[in-house]
Amino acid sequence: MVHMEVAQERRLGAGSRFLAWLGRVLLAVMIPLIAFVVIYEGFLFLRDSQAPRWIIAAVAIVWGVGGVALLYWVFNGIVERLPDVWTQRLQPFVFVGPAMAILIWYLALPAVRTFYLSLFGRDGPPQGVGFFQSFGSDAFVGLQNYVAIFTERLLTEAFRNNLMWIAFGSTFSVILGLLVATLADRSRFERVAKSLVFLPMAISFVGASVIWNFMYEIRPVEQPQIGLLNALLVAAGGNPVAWDKWVAIAPWNNLFLILIVVWLQTGYAMVLFSAALKGIPDEILEAARVDGATEIQVFFRIMIPYIMGTIITVWTTIVIFTLKIFDVVWVMTGGQFGTHVIATQFYRQSFTARNSGYGSAIAIILLLTVIPVMIYNLRQFREQEAF
Amino acid sequence: MKRSLFSILVLLVVVSMVLTSCGPTPAPTEAPKPTEGAKPTEGAKPTEAAKVPFAVMPGGYLEKAIAGEYKGKTVTVDGPFTNPDDQRFFESVKAFEEATGIKVNYIGDKEFEARLSIAVDAGNAPDIADFPQPGKAENYARQGHIVDPTTWIPESWLKQQYNQSWLDMAMVTGPDGNKMTAGVWHRFNGKSLVWYPKDDFDAAGYKIPTTWEELLALTQQIADDGDTPWCIGIESGAATGWPATDWTEELMLRTTSLENYDRWVKGELKFDSPEVRKAIETWSQIWFNDKYVYGGRNGIVSTFFGDAPAPMFEQPPKCWLHKQGNFITGFFPEGAKAGVDYDFFYLPPVDPQYGKPFLVAGDLMAMFNDRPEVRALMEYFTTPQSASGWLTNGGALAAHKTATPDMYGVPLERGIAELVVQATSFRFDGSDMMPGEVGAGSFWTGMTDYVSGAADLDTVLKEIDASWPR
Amino acid sequence: MKSRKWVGPLLVNGSLLIIVLIWSIPTAGLLVSSFRSRFDIQTTGWWNVLPHREWKKVAELDPKELGLNPDGVMSVEGVEGTFEQLRAGLRSPDGDTRVTWVGNKRLGHIEVQKRVWTVTWNFTLDNYKQVLLGTEIKVTKPDGTVETSPGQNLSQAFLNSLAVSIPSTVIPILIAAFAAYAFAWMRFPGRRGMFILVVGLLVVPLQIALVPILRDYNTLNLNGTFLAVWLAHTGFGLALATYLLFNYIRTLPRETLESAFIDGASHFTIFLRLILPLSVPALASFAIFQFLWVWNDYLVALTFLGVDPTYKVLTQRLADLTGTFGNQWHLLTAGAFVTMILPMIVFFSLQRYFVRGLLAGSVKG
Repeated sequence: MVHMEVAQERRLGAGSRFLAWLGRVLLAVMIPLIAFVVIYEGFLFLRDSQAPRWIIAAVAIVWGVGGVALLYWVFNGIVERLPDVWTQRLQPFVFVGPAMAILIWYLALPAVRTFYLSLFGRDGPPQGVGFFQSFGSDAFVGLQNYVAIFTERLLTEAFRNNLMWIAFGSTFSVILGLLVATLADRSRFERVAKSLVFLPMAISFVGASVIWNFMYEIRPVEQPQIGLLNALLVAAGGNPVAWDKWVAIAPWNNLFLILIVVWLQTGYAMVLFSAALKGIPDEILEAARVDGATEIQVFFRIMIPYIMGTIITVWTTIVIFTLKIFDVVWVMTGGQFGTHVIATQFYRQSFTARNSGYGSAIAIILLLTVIPVMIYNLRQFREQEAF
Repeated sequence: MKRSLFSILVLLVVVSMVLTSCGPTPAPTEAPKPTEGAKPTEGAKPTEAAKVPFAVMPGGYLEKAIAGEYKGKTVTVDGPFTNPDDQRFFESVKAFEEATGIKVNYIGDKEFEARLSIAVDAGNAPDIADFPQPGKAENYARQGHIVDPTTWIPESWLKQQYNQSWLDMAMVTGPDGNKMTAGVWHRFNGKSLVWYPKDDFDAAGYKIPTTWEELLALTQQIADDGDTPWCIGIESGAATGWPATDWTEELMLRTTSLENYDRWVKGELKFDSPEVRKAIETWSQIWFNDKYVYGGRNGIVSTFFGDAPAPMFEQPPKCWLHKQGNFITGFFPEGAKAGVDYDFFYLPPVDPQYGKPFLVAGDLMAMFNDRPEVRALMEYFTTPQSASGWLTNGGALAAHKTATPDMYGVPLERGIAELVVQATSFRFDGSDMMPGEVGAGSFWTGMTDYVSGAADLDTVLKEIDASWPR
Repeated sequence: MKSRKWVGPLLVNGSLLIIVLIWSIPTAGLLVSSFRSRFDIQTTGWWNVLPHREWKKVAELDPKELGLNPDGVMSVEGVEGTFEQLRAGLRSPDGDTRVTWVGNKRLGHIEVQKRVWTVTWNFTLDNYKQVLLGTEIKVTKPDGTVETSPGQNLSQAFLNSLAVSIPSTVIPILIAAFAAYAFAWMRFPGRRGMFILVVGLLVVPLQIALVPILRDYNTLNLNGTFLAVWLAHTGFGLALATYLLFNYIRTLPRETLESAFIDGASHFTIFLRLILPLSVPALASFAIFQFLWVWNDYLVALTFLGVDPTYKVLTQRLADLTGTFGNQWHLLTAGAFVTMILPMIVFFSLQRYFVRGLLAGSVKG
């Protein structure tokens, strides 16, 4: 049936194809635009009204959510009233259009702009100069910023650190998440265990930094320790160390920062794995057990392959989060003590030094690092016949 | 089923709209938008030689504002300070608001740096920004965002309100390469202070040192008595290392000439030079001696600067000397009394030929949007009454020449103000004046690396020089 | 369960217990600390609330009276040692008493201490009071009077956070669900290209979008409104949402959809009546993550909502609490818990959607 749609598609002429294309674009743009206008009007009400705070909050919630749902319904209704052929062509764009439009406006266009900025010097392209003329101006430096990135000590250190983060942080988050999800699935105390492991996710980064300060804090050896790890160390007869600020063991002091993020993130992996594990039909597992497979064998030979899709998804998203990691590092060490990562360098250059060219180049490098992950994902999808 | 859900949703939405528009109207809340919501003013009201508790620049916009020309307008001020300094700010501008009818909105918070950068780039700059590090203002001035106050404030007035040193310290390079004034000084912190536990100090019979040799002798004396004399901590998250820059600047002022200091701050005297090295090595004598520092050298980089003086207040004190700016009193234990439990003395000079310099760090008010009411507020900031909240409650000192010691409500700040007056020269915190990538970047991190032993002095100095923006 | 030996559950529950205990220690530390005073937090470890052994002073001696010379070897109360050794504490031969020099050579005294079991229980609700009800500010006016203004409580910030978080969670889910369905079950030109774009945009750091979006908002006059933040959070969360939901939806059995098509249903109806209900576990999962992320977010709210006090969200108010120089950081201990309550409630209430067997059985239907 799906093949029939495609076949019909091909039989149409160039003119109607153009119209179809136009229709798609219009739809993609119109839905968010109208949503916007409608919500905006309602919002002018909300902003200027003097009703008590909680009414405004409640109305805001209802209006925001209801408005969007309403719009989908309306546009879908319009598209469905058209002749079948047009419905087929345009309906996907009712579905996919708003998402793509928003993504392009909020993420893709700024990324392109960032690339444009990275080709210029500190103060960006000259003001008031046309797009094409700006390339001829003094501020244009081409790929010089990128060359500088690969030669500066702090940035090579940041790359090395990000690699460590991915190697250790992502791996441990995934493994621990899977482990906890599997164990909890078979235990009586499932809900309690999962809630406690998930709890750190509810803590903001600022709160997490306070918590881990209580773990890592260092005081002179004669004084009472207020950091748990040092207290244990001192009680065992050793000298307290600075853990995440322990420059002497750089780059391994990064591990203590990675530990914090693993602690925070495993809940995410656990929740997704848990949902996936629950989707495995009981019959398959029982059949394997009846055939005499041990639990370990069932786990590795049946469960993991079954949820491989989820494992890849979780792994991809965690790797990508890890590439972007910023808050924890910034709050704990500010990137000092050899803990810089790409995102902290970006902040330093863009906001502290206001070097727009250099900061933008760093951001683009970050975008490029995700290409291997993207390729891997696509290959997986092709194998699993998603496309 | 789903269809009816949608209808219900639509109904709900319509109903809530209706409700909101004819709902009860209790007392109006503050205008939600912090930016201008300017309503046009009527003609100027006749002036009654208005008695205002602050000096007014003749022929300026403040005069017109007091006459009521800009009544009802709003000026936004952005800054990095929060509780309790924002309360002090509200207090300080009350007199202005009452006299002129202009509303002053303070919209600052901790993320000042990133937020200001984003706002300025997006065209959303605040009217005035409070820069605790004027070096960062230079970045904005060079890109043409800051309005030079001397375009309408005459030099004679500025010279009357401020010491020449302050006016010099406000000069930065403008967009066309010429020098311009970045803003007006508002308040400052005195830094060349060493805090000590007065009651125990006197009981032990120690004497306050007046020269560097005496300071070292006192340090050795306390060490011989079995204690570690100094409490030092430089950890501060992303800003780790800044107290070390303070010590470097103090020693620079005491071991070399003021000209060299100024050249160093401008980037003409390199970090990798004998003068800077000497300054750093002087304080390293104290810092790197494990017997002299509480927690040893290794403890310095991981001790939060605010927690560092805490051992001083234990019974008996675990350390006796702590050099820090006067804001540190906010970290002292509650109940510790100034003059009784703790007191300060001036960090002694090293070389008598350089006199008794005093290191200060202050906040500069820079103007982004040029409107008459903004100009009026800038003029107000040139008077010491614009810092009255701090004057009466402590926490900072007024940068103005016309601030007399009796304006200070807190004896501690008064004492510091008197010290500043007695100083033979004073200079601004160098790292705050240097461009952001050095003064809030490589200088901090370089010092941290040096103190922690991650890099040696040569590497660090070269790196700092290399990071200076060309 | 009858077919398993008793070792199985023991092993599982045992290892789970160990993991969970270790996992919760840091949070427990914070919880305990939030009830301690600032002085306690800064001087002793939080585990001191548990029973432990501590050296308590039993007697105090004046070394001058005893005629001891600090620069040499001293003999007192049965122990002998130099100044440094006494400083660190010398144990008496019977092990339970310790003699230590407190202070420096000039002013110090000698203490005899015994080891006792003790708990340090100076609990206080002060931190919570300051966080929830706001700190009292005392301001001295120029004329000498002192004005006390009561602190601001968190209720407004709480409502603001709610008003920001709920739509910022639901709107992206809605939009992403539509898009995910289209990617999974519809054919249209450019499908693969768009999907590559979605995955690629996952890595874009949101900081680069702040300036251009703010500029656009300025031209549209949207700045400082809730809508601005909702759309921003939607924009930043949509990539992940679409990716996650796509991965889930495409695992739904094809046969169900085929049979629905045959019955004459349109894409929209299938989506609404079949896919959405079936996707509830994935929707619930993503809802939790997005809600948490928005609830704890700081930078996006700061940039688009501004710092107007009436609009501030919870995270901003908490950060302000610590003071200009961060000298009130102990308030964050209580603050972190206060902000954690609502997300945990959300998590608990959404947990029941992760139910086994939601899919099993739908194939036959």
